[in-house]
Amino acid sequence: MRRLKKFVASSLAAVMVMGLLGGCGGNSNTDTGETGTNAQAESTDGGTSGGTGSVYYLNFKPEQAEQWEKLAKQYQDETGVTTKVVTAASGTYESTLKSEISKKNAPTLFQVNGPVGLASWKDYCYDLKDTEIYKQLKSDDFALKNENGEVSGIAYVIETYGIIYNKALLQKYMDMDGAVVKSVDEINNFETLKKVVEDMQAKKDGLGIVGAFTSAGMDSSSDWRFKTHLANLPIYYEYKDKGIESTDAIEGTYLPNYKNIFDLYINNATCEPTLLSGKTAEDANAEFSLGEAVFYQNGTWAYNDIKGNEVADEDLGMLPIYIGAEGEENQGLCTGSENYWCINKNASEEDIQATIDFLTWVISSDEGRKAICDMGFVTPFKTFTDEYIPENPLVTASNEYIDAGKESVAWCFTTMPSEEWKNGVGSALLEYAQGTGQWDAVEKAFVDGWKTEYAASHQE
Amino acid sequence: MDKHIKKYFPVFVLPTLLAFTIGFIAPFLLGIYLSFCKFTTVTDAKWVGISNYLKIASDKTFGHAFWYTTAFTVVSVILINVLAFAVAMALTRKIRGTNLFRTVFFMPNLIGGIILGYVWQLLLNAILLNFNRTLTYSSKYGFWGLVILMCWQQIGYMMIIYIAGIQNIPGELLEAAQIDGANKREILQKIIIPMVMPSITICTFLTLTNSFKLFDQNLALTNGEPSNMSEMLALNIYNTFYSRVGWEGVGQAKAVVFFLLVALIAIVQMRLTRTKEVEQ
Repeated sequence: MRRLKKFVASSLAAVMVMGLLGGCGGNSNTDTGETGTNAQAESTDGGTSGGTGSVYYLNFKPEQAEQWEKLAKQYQDETGVTTKVVTAASGTYESTLKSEISKKNAPTLFQVNGPVGLASWKDYCYDLKDTEIYKQLKSDDFALKNENGEVSGIAYVIETYGIIYNKALLQKYMDMDGAVVKSVDEINNFETLKKVVEDMQAKKDGLGIVGAFTSAGMDSSSDWRFKTHLANLPIYYEYKDKGIESTDAIEGTYLPNYKNIFDLYINNATCEPTLLSGKTAEDANAEFSLGEAVFYQNGTWAYNDIKGNEVADEDLGMLPIYIGAEGEENQGLCTGSENYWCINKNASEEDIQATIDFLTWVISSDEGRKAICDMGFVTPFKTFTDEYIPENPLVTASNEYIDAGKESVAWCFTTMPSEEWKNGVGSALLEYAQGTGQWDAVEKAFVDGWKTEYAASHQE
Repeated sequence: MDKHIKKYFPVFVLPTLLAFTIGFIAPFLLGIYLSFCKFTTVTDAKWVGISNYLKIASDKTFGHAFWYTTAFTVVSVILINVLAFAVAMALTRKIRGTNLFRTVFFMPNLIGGIILGYVWQLLLNAILLNFNRTLTYSSKYGFWGLVILMCWQQIGYMMIIYIAGIQNIPGELLEAAQIDGANKREILQKIIIPMVMPSITICTFLTLTNSFKLFDQNLALTNGEPSNMSEMLALNIYNTFYSRVGWEGVGQAKAVVFFLLVALIAIVQMRLTRTKEVEQ
């Protein structure tokens, strides 16, 4: 009996210990998981010691997660180099990167969103100046450099935003009696845009729409369209007037214009301004793609969500965001990038080399270029010839503006001092929109907030 | 027998102790250390002394989150406990379907916080839509929405604890009180409440710490909108750590302060209610 007890006790203890070990094993599995290259990930260690190196890409865009994984697998099958892609869930990239990069098998390839993102990751960025991806850039503007002039990041996708509009609905309006304009080409300044929008809003029942603009949702899935992308325009014009590229203190000379355009958005929309705090990006997207609204401020990336609904591809057009600045008749769309590839400096030399090889393959091989094209990316690399331009009517629209000689608006919002600044502006905008705050608060958040946040993020 | 237990002591304690050390003590100590550092990832920390703690003082959102959390805790502790006790009293009356009611009341507790928050967000927004408002219009809506949500989730759980307490009261006591001519109110005040004091201790402790540490419901219901005005302490710490570049250490320092606060409140509360407990 006693022996039996002993046996039971020791086997129970053994089971407990095994449970512990099993628990740990399970954990490490989920860490490397999510990729479908699980089995290969196990062999990483062997591969590294063999001197071949491996690639671990922490991807920023969940929309393209599967395509990246497929591409990585293809590369691995072709070259035998272990290639792993993990995608951070939407909105969690910074936190995922923070925890991943402190691990032993840290990502060799990650992303920053511009100069401000670079500030927090500069100690992790490998100098890319001798790499093929840098040499193949169409312009040096697409390289992200740190204060020492090292190439820390390379933009790999160029995007464009403006006011997406529904050509069919606009045409229907222009065919009506008493329309303010007869052709979309006449809309080339804020005054005309305002007249058209307000007239359309007044005639919304005749047009069969709910509102001229989609809801300017201030939910966190949508508020970046205003606190970041729309706020880019007053910053752009101020920089342009002063001939600077960034500043430690913004004056806000174009803030009245910012107010005008924002007023236009919220007062001629599908919903009451008091409902904006709960409106999401999906709401705005649904309103536009179901033909309930004519205008929708967003960018080329929105095409994936719009296509396949009520609005036909050939009815998609894009207008520049006019805010009433001097000489805006010649203004084009807002074009730039906030997706930069960075290579982890702390990775082993083999891994760094493997990562560079992988990226070179992505931008130069047929498979790589086709995959990038299928993801709908327009890239800044010379290797992407005409057959690798994705079929996206919004991209076509943006190219038309460039071909017509219009001046593209740069993405100055990458110089915004911090996320906190954007949040401050966003909150003030929301309160102004729903009537619980004044416009003064927006100005204060914009101008004073810039100063304090710039100082806070540059103190060492 | 004692000898035997002593002999096997390490076998039984070690695995748990090991897990406890790895899973709790080590991260806890590391966390305290990191609160004095400036860092991007936990492996490249740089010692900066108490500057993180000084930054907390200058951060207005933390103070606001503290008072908001306190107000929420007071309201929800009172509401949840009073309502749970009332429901428990009702469901110990031997009415038909008691078990069914108990099960139904308990069920909300089985749903995860994020889903609950999301469901209630939809529900409350649909109601508020009639008045052209949304949950995130002002922090007041978020506050009461959160109170409703937490009541709905927690009352059932606390009810079970109270039911157990009430059922433990010896029948003779109640009978004796009745014979002595005590009315219903007196029985409740003089017999039932003192007798269920241990349950009250547990329930207030649970609701107090739950409300103070509330995170997922807050995240899912309003996510601190508008302007961080409906942000509670745990969410504030999370946002400081993850959304502000260079503020990771401050977030960590806030977490340490938060720990001390919760520990302090819990100890004070336990002391207070313990003294009211009676021997049967």
